[in-house]
Amino acid sequence: MGELFQKRGTVLTIRLPKEVDHHHTEAIRCEADRYIEQEHIREIVFDFMDTGFMDSSGIGMIMGRYRNLGMIGGRVSAIHVNERIYKILYLSGVYKVIDITKKREWSNRDEKKGEYGDGRYE
Amino acid sequence: MEDTNEMKMEFDSYSSNESFARVAVAAFCTRLNPTLEELSDLKTAISEAITNCIIHAYDNQIRKIQIICRIKGQEVEVNIIDHGKGMEDVAKAMEPLYTTRPDLDRSGMGFAFMEAFMDEVQVESTPGEGTCVCMRKKLGCFTHPYA
Repeated sequence: MGELFQKRGTVLTIRLPKEVDHHHTEAIRCEADRYIEQEHIREIVFDFMDTGFMDSSGIGMIMGRYRNLGMIGGRVSAIHVNERIYKILYLSGVYKVIDITKKREWSNRDEKKGEYGDGRYE
Repeated sequence: MEDTNEMKMEFDSYSSNESFARVAVAAFCTRLNPTLEELSDLKTAISEAITNCIIHAYDNQIRKIQIICRIKGQEVEVNIIDHGKGMEDVAKAMEPLYTTRPDLDRSGMGFAFMEAFMDEVQVESTPGEGTCVCMRKKLGCFTHPYA
């Protein structure tokens, strides 16, 4: 879990797993909140580079961190977002409150690799 | 190819089984030649229903979740059944953003996602006895240039 969390100053980057579901979000949630409390984090960047699947548990995780950071004037963003993840962020309305940077290539190649999860895209 | 097909599976309500369940149902449906997007939609909807069983119906106790999956023509019907605590007010539970567990960072979007990603969602629930979520979706209807 440790290597997925990278702290630079007050910015925490979380490299999310291939599948962001209830099973995986539990651990990420606890670890992220520990960072926010103990390491004075002001901004969280969720990195979706490896992620091909997300459900509403991921939305809950993002919104929860958004609330925690919002109280201390921080912000949340998402990077390397592919088409599938964007659809989930859009449907849930989360796109209104966080900055989203889409993945450079929204190609079939990305979609397929994301879906069947055989590693990185680029 | 035969027109109907059915499978049943039962597994423990460990959260690690969520990915197994959605992949198993997706694999069962591949004969319908679904698009990748349709498969993703199906997997997301199933993931939502299974997560509901684990968190809400069983309150993280380890019990059994049953999936009955039927294919008829190009349509798949997925029934996800638990024998957990059930719901008093199904309509309320299905409202977007309504959740009984904000403490667990639940978004309240589970049923909304099921409805968004499937063609049809029906929920039957009896308090103290359990819940059955029945979802239907037509797959593989768009891209068959050589079919």
